[in-house]
Amino acid sequence: MSTLHAVTVLGHDRPGIIAETTGRLAGLGLNLEDSTMTLLRGHFAMMLLCAGDTPAAEIESALAPLTDDGTLTVTVREVPQESGASARGSSWVLTVHGGDRPGIVSSVVGRVADAGGNITDLTTRLAGDLYLVVAEIDLPAGADVDAVTAAIREAAAELGVGATLRPAEADEL
Amino acid sequence: MNQPAPEGLNAQVLAWSEADLGVEGRVLDVVRAPATVLSTVGEAVDPTSAESVQLAADLVATMRVSPGCVGLAAPQVGVGAQMFCVDVSEHPKTRDHHGTFVLCNAEVVSSSRNEKAREGCMSVPDLTGDVKRASRLVVRGQLPGSGEEVELSANAFEARCLQHEIDHCQGLLFVDRVAGAHAIYARQTYL
Repeated sequence: MSTLHAVTVLGHDRPGIIAETTGRLAGLGLNLEDSTMTLLRGHFAMMLLCAGDTPAAEIESALAPLTDDGTLTVTVREVPQESGASARGSSWVLTVHGGDRPGIVSSVVGRVADAGGNITDLTTRLAGDLYLVVAEIDLPAGADVDAVTAAIREAAAELGVGATLRPAEADEL
Repeated sequence: MNQPAPEGLNAQVLAWSEADLGVEGRVLDVVRAPATVLSTVGEAVDPTSAESVQLAADLVATMRVSPGCVGLAAPQVGVGAQMFCVDVSEHPKTRDHHGTFVLCNAEVVSSSRNEKAREGCMSVPDLTGDVKRASRLVVRGQLPGSGEEVELSANAFEARCLQHEIDHCQGLLFVDRVAGAHAIYARQTYL
């Protein structure tokens, strides 16, 4: 039976990391499912899910050459199949920006969690003195959006940053 | 005799130039986020006051010396006021345009036909983002100096620019409007 493995690759960026990683996974007959990759302050960061019959230990040893020069860390672990999207309420986009200081993300998303909101995507950027958070949020059906907005604004104001919550627009074609 | 304005454009705004202000504009420093003024709703201004006329001239002068700059709002030069200048005439994405103009206390009257495009801002120099904005827009505001109320129809890039500047006057940046967590980008090229 096909199992699902989560693979992470982190470390010093250089050309060819994705090509080598995916090439070795393809060599094991694994099928790539969802993946995401970005640069975090210049560091290569990739997570992917691959499906197939290969045990975790075998995937690890196939990817081991990636770590030979000591600049990359690779992890492999089996993960269960998830059922995908659950019953959805409404989707929102939250922007928070202001002067950089510790605790901006935790304070603001704490209010989201208090309201039962689930963050489905998150980007934070530090650009000069500007700290920026953009989060996509699912709020449960029946959530009091005005109250959530007020709670987020209150947390932001305590930190001296601004926050905007708006509906995520999807154009159905 | 003036040429008639192309259909749909406001002839009065089209004919306006900073020379009408009769004062020399000064080049001001552009402030960057996280400056508080950029997140503060601007005060309504008296468009006929000497202070407003000078600010209008300063905004145009500062826009002129800033490479690639197609619009500048008062909060971007550290003044929490509802005034901005625009000039998209040289931009490749422009369809119709009104040349250089300044509006005070401007508001959106109507908007339609949303389109998504990537925006940058002199006050957020290291990032760009995808923002959905109306590509058809009617805006009402007052001209600095005379204080005359004008209503103009804008489309395409001029419409986008006007919405970006009106947002500044309301204490909003483009990052407050980005489409999602993957709609923010590190800037690749600087003008």
